[in-house]
Amino acid sequence: MPEVLARPDPDQLLRRVQAEEEFHRRGRLKIFLGYAPGVGKSFRMFDEGRRRRERNHEDVVVGAIQPPVSPEVQDLLKKLEVIPLKVVEGVPMINVDAILRRRPQVCLIDGLAYDNPPSSAHAKRWQDVEQLLANGISVIGSVNLQFIEEFRDQVERITGREVSDTIPLSFVKMADEIEVVDAPPEMCLERGSPGVKEDLTTSQRKLSELREIALLLAADVVDHQLEIYLERQGIEPLWGVQERILVCVTPRMNANRMIESGRRNADRFHGELFVVYVNELDLSPADQKILESNLSLARKLNAQVHLLESEEPIHAIMEFARQHGITQIFIGHSSRESWWQRLWGGFVDKIIREAEGMDVRVFPN
Amino acid sequence: MTDTLSSTRRGNLKIYLGYAAGVGKTYQMLQEAHELKNSGIDVVVGYFEPHGRKDTIALMEGLEAIPRRKIEYRGTSFEEMDTAAILRRHPQVCAVDEFAHTNVPGSERAKRWEDVQVLLDAGISVLTTMNVQHIESLNDQVWQIAGVRVRETVPDWVVKQADEVVMVDLPPEALLNRLKRGVVYAPEKAQAALQNFFKPSTLVVLREMALRQTAHELDLRQVTQEGSEALTLDQRRAAAEKTEELQPSDRILIYVTADPTTAMLIRRGRRVADYLRADCFAVAVLPDSDFHNLPAAQREALEKHLNFARNLHIETRILQGKDVAATLVGFARLHQITQIFLARAQRGPRVPLIGRSLVQKVVRLARDMQVTIVAERRRPSPKV
Repeated sequence: MPEVLARPDPDQLLRRVQAEEEFHRRGRLKIFLGYAPGVGKSFRMFDEGRRRRERNHEDVVVGAIQPPVSPEVQDLLKKLEVIPLKVVEGVPMINVDAILRRRPQVCLIDGLAYDNPPSSAHAKRWQDVEQLLANGISVIGSVNLQFIEEFRDQVERITGREVSDTIPLSFVKMADEIEVVDAPPEMCLERGSPGVKEDLTTSQRKLSELREIALLLAADVVDHQLEIYLERQGIEPLWGVQERILVCVTPRMNANRMIESGRRNADRFHGELFVVYVNELDLSPADQKILESNLSLARKLNAQVHLLESEEPIHAIMEFARQHGITQIFIGHSSRESWWQRLWGGFVDKIIREAEGMDVRVFPN
Repeated sequence: MTDTLSSTRRGNLKIYLGYAAGVGKTYQMLQEAHELKNSGIDVVVGYFEPHGRKDTIALMEGLEAIPRRKIEYRGTSFEEMDTAAILRRHPQVCAVDEFAHTNVPGSERAKRWEDVQVLLDAGISVLTTMNVQHIESLNDQVWQIAGVRVRETVPDWVVKQADEVVMVDLPPEALLNRLKRGVVYAPEKAQAALQNFFKPSTLVVLREMALRQTAHELDLRQVTQEGSEALTLDQRRAAAEKTEELQPSDRILIYVTADPTTAMLIRRGRRVADYLRADCFAVAVLPDSDFHNLPAAQREALEKHLNFARNLHIETRILQGKDVAATLVGFARLHQITQIFLARAQRGPRVPLIGRSLVQKVVRLARDMQVTIVAERRRPSPKV
């Protein structure tokens, strides 16, 4: 079923205040995101640890090192205090107790995506990290794109290599800060593991695809940060860097082409797709059927489908559009116009007039 | 676009893309210059902007710099990149800072990116730096976000020509720390910078823009590298791959007038066309066949807009017709246009209260194609 749009209420405001308190109590999570081994994540991460220690006099420890360790990283590690991994049942895991006892301000974890042995308190290393964060210790961690659960299939299809230990995307998205280590493909080819023997252009193309996914993921995290920032500051967002397309479906029109075009455009722009429909009473069975087919197509194409309840469709659509930072509205020609509408302008004209700050695209019917 | 034959001789272009001063573009460029030099490649620095940053200046050590050329303008001496000297020296690779820079009047070419074209044509590969806000088609959005009209812009097609675009990323918080420590600018300039471009929310948005732009540039290259059989990331992702292939390609028509909103319309149209990989036309409609019958101011504005479109590699046409809407739509049908781009109705004395605006007329006439009415991007009004 389509979701019904909720308005902010006192409970929501309370949650906002609580979230603000939580924000100040917890440690900060920063993630260095790489798209392939050999881009230099570990170096960048440990170098940041060194800088924070030397320049800001922060209390920094290393909680996990990941082999192979390059000579440059080795040099950096000499300047940092290391709490070694402990080996349980032959599996290395971060020594959470030791880190909690030591209580540093910042803990560096090279390699976030590891499974812990079955007997441990947490099944996954990222859950250990959660515990550190909850105890007010900030964590700087590194991870490669292929170890993010939701991207695993996609990356495996590109690289042909399978990975088992992963972290969920939601964990990456809650990071307070993300930094992409964006080295061009040749660098990874030089530095990366020499295991894969492929012709240069194929591996270059694959790496370029991985780079693209990593950059877009980082952009999403940044977009999320911006939302949180603006909300905390009470600023209404007025601009859209990410394209967000809103397709308005009316009961009596076949909106299939418009919805498909919305999907294609959203994909090309790496944007989001919304489909809304304003509830109307007394729909004929035929109209109801068309509406159902429109909405089911929208869901199949992974659009976010919303049902708006309002006496004033245009007002409801515009309010939704503003709340969701819509940048483009797709509407169709209405097929039945009265003489009155023809003179004073119908639905299409009104949307065009009202949609300030957004592009309006009118589709043939 | 350059074909494979000439591109074998042309130098490679690599752009370090950032989102603000101080993220480390020049630093990374010079680091790469060192790496290339160490691997035995003949590298020079054609232009370097030190900005008084110690770490970056230290990196110049061991690199050959081509002395700048002095140019007198209105009694002041300016220094520009000496393109002729670089051509004479003819290295394999040349590092050129600040790709978007505008040369002082009296220079051979107006823009530094034009100097770089000359180097590339001569077979010299170029490493260069720029910020995302210098990309022409993002100009309105940047203005909306930062309140600054960036004057030094680079057309999108020039960036598209680059063989490689690398994002130089630094979280805004770290950048602000650098700024406060005086690494980026001298103290008094840093204060001013903090007031506008360097507001945290502005930096976050610009950073997102740079990330998305770099991803977009990668997307474009995956297609051009592999030719027709290539699929984009999204196409691969899409379930309906087959139908995608059958879709006719988009053709976009931008309606050009003397109105100042036209520049924004052209930028937006160009950007959308690039993302949709659509062909793009810019069309003006005149009431009679003689361009010179227009009032001078209107003619100049119109010419300026048509030139602007041409600079962005958009094909332009001037049509004649008393009925603008009918002429536009007729042309669109004849040329299999799929999407007409119009500005929102301009507020002015000629907008009828009863009766129809141009937008309304086109929307009614062009029922067989899409009509996009482009938002006028405005600055948020300051809160009281």
